[in-house]
Amino acid sequence: MIGIINYGSGNIEAISNIYNRLNIECKVINNLKDFESVDRLILPGVGSFDECMKQLNNSGFKEKLNRIVLEDKVPILGICIGMHIMGNSSEEGVLEGLGWIPGKIKKFDKSLLVNKPYLPHMGWNNVNNIHDHIIFTGVNENQGFYFVHSYYYECEKEQNTLTICNYGLDFSSSIFKENIFGMQFHPEKSHSNGENLLSNFAKLDIC
Amino acid sequence: MLRSRIIPCLLVHKKGLVKTVNFKNSKYVGDPINAVKIFNEKEVDELIVLDIDATKDQRGPDFTLIRNLAAECRMPFCYGGGVSTVAQARKIISLGAEKVALSSAVINDISLCKAIGIAVGVQSVVVVLDVKKRKLLGGYDIFTNNGQVKSKRRFKEFVVELDQIGVGEIVINSIDNDGVMAGYDMDLASLVRDLCDIPITILGGAGTLDHIKKLISKFKVIGAAAGSLFVFKGKYKAVLINYPNREEKFPLYKEIRK
Repeated sequence: MIGIINYGSGNIEAISNIYNRLNIECKVINNLKDFESVDRLILPGVGSFDECMKQLNNSGFKEKLNRIVLEDKVPILGICIGMHIMGNSSEEGVLEGLGWIPGKIKKFDKSLLVNKPYLPHMGWNNVNNIHDHIIFTGVNENQGFYFVHSYYYECEKEQNTLTICNYGLDFSSSIFKENIFGMQFHPEKSHSNGENLLSNFAKLDIC
Repeated sequence: MLRSRIIPCLLVHKKGLVKTVNFKNSKYVGDPINAVKIFNEKEVDELIVLDIDATKDQRGPDFTLIRNLAAECRMPFCYGGGVSTVAQARKIISLGAEKVALSSAVINDISLCKAIGIAVGVQSVVVVLDVKKRKLLGGYDIFTNNGQVKSKRRFKEFVVELDQIGVGEIVINSIDNDGVMAGYDMDLASLVRDLCDIPITILGGAGTLDHIKKLISKFKVIGAAAGSLFVFKGKYKAVLINYPNREEKFPLYKEIRK
């Protein structure tokens, strides 16, 4: 069972809509008790880095998450700001991130972009699956995914970059480390590519 | 490479879908849920659905319809019509929509943009401006209530104000070109592109994929929206939901050499 973490940020409904259509069991996690029956997690996130961290800190989920993600190795997928908060810090805010995958969140450099609109990076862009990871099975890289963001994840270690995308510069459009995955794009808004990815995540055999 | 977005725009009138010409003579083109299902299968880049009765009838958004539409969408879905409060915008986003379109409410009170931006994220705030060319003096006027009421807001100044206050996107809808299918108003698109830095989408006039190609070739990254093009087929305008497939779409992003 997939648990979508509801800590007050993120488009929960759009993700559960996709899993419902795929006939994959999922539920929304509203309190600590809800974690009991789930074996993988989705961490959504919209808005700003600090706002998401603040809400996560207030939710009472943080300790529990650290334990089941880092010790029990439960697979987790962070989307957009849900990915950003897996890093150490962000230029968008002052709060400390979860620090699960070493990295810093940086703002795109407008001077590298030639056309208006400069920011956000919004729309469909292709990705390059440099690790040939199984979670991207069935994904058409040229079609790519729907993005909307002004900040990107700069991984400290190259081996944590799962796919790259270009917007003025090459950036990590998805990242991973063992059981932890982060996606900058929105699989829940990316048609068959996103559906394949969410379905692959549900079936992923990590251990 | 970031691609321009090619966006069908659907109009809801009396619970059905319609297509207008110059905001008049609405023709029934089908059922909203069914059309969204088809557009979903065709993997459209994004979808805009506007309820054209809500503001006119002085009522809020139809949340049941929004919920049902959002449940069908695997792409960014933007809903507009009758949104005038932060609570309504928040609810629309929570139902699974990606963006909420505002028009008359923000033309009357621009501070609403900011309040809704704080509640749902600036990137989800879309402002739709229905504009008509001035006959004698040149320039454009903003209209509300389906083109019935001319706003006192000055078009160019308002676009700059929206850019400064921070909204996710501006959709410019040409009343003169609506349903005419003879091409976009390229001057209007250039004017708006020069006035602001934020994403813009042009609506009104697209009759062929070539029109879309021209717009993309000129502006590189832009939203190219259309109603008639994606609901009618042939010169007798038979109702047929259509959208270019991946093979037909990729050439549209290639630059036209002069």
